[in-house]
Amino acid sequence: MKTEATTAQFIDVFAALADANRQALLLKLDASQSRSITELAGDLPLTRQGVTKHLRALERAGLARSARSGRETRFLAEPGALREAAGYLERISGQWDQALERLRQHVEDQ
Amino acid sequence: MTDAIKKVIELRAPIDRVWRAISDSTEFSQWFQADFESPFVAGSRSYATMNSQSCGRVRWFIEVVAVEAPNRLVFRWQPSADDPTLDYSSEPMTTVEFTLRPTDTGTEVTIVESGFDALVDPARRAAAFAGNTKGWAFQADNLVRYFDEN
Repeated sequence: MKTEATTAQFIDVFAALADANRQALLLKLDASQSRSITELAGDLPLTRQGVTKHLRALERAGLARSARSGRETRFLAEPGALREAAGYLERISGQWDQALERLRQHVEDQ
Repeated sequence: MTDAIKKVIELRAPIDRVWRAISDSTEFSQWFQADFESPFVAGSRSYATMNSQSCGRVRWFIEVVAVEAPNRLVFRWQPSADDPTLDYSSEPMTTVEFTLRPTDTGTEVTIVESGFDALVDPARRAAAFAGNTKGWAFQADNLVRYFDEN
């Protein structure tokens, strides 16, 4: 049975998106082509350690995934989590639209 | 605080009528499709059971924050707590605020649901991505635009 997504599931996604450096890193990730930490660090004002920390945070939130290539760890984007979080908010928004339409009928039909 | 989800609707009914429909838990039950067990009193919980067929018959509650006639109702709840098989007790709560304003032809109702996290701006940005089917590149474009505008 597919259960309805809950807010808690998306807290990690929203939290991961709340940081400007992580947003910048997310932008540099590609969904099909993996990038090295050096490539991703680019001109960001972060140490390599800092970049790795943020990439791991994105990974924990399901927004990125890592892949080993020899001794190197490379990262890819995982767009699904962002779409699911967006879809969750859309569903709540749609529920309000329906509730308000029922409120309209309730107060206008009397 | 920035709003996460905001809805504005104009109703052809006087403000007192609309206020009754949202502040009286019996009337609220009718249009919201949930059976509330007690009146809305600031500072107290009101339990309810969904009564539409599409929802499981899960019992949930709202924490009423403010009841200010004739134009403001605020409560906190756990959004989408509608699956009886799940335990929602650790879920974060969002805040729902109804604001009523009289207009020439009726009443304007504004609903703001906020607090999907302290991170409401990213939530709104994520909402802006909804419906996007063009994939990652398009989403990244949106993010870039967001940075440029902020």
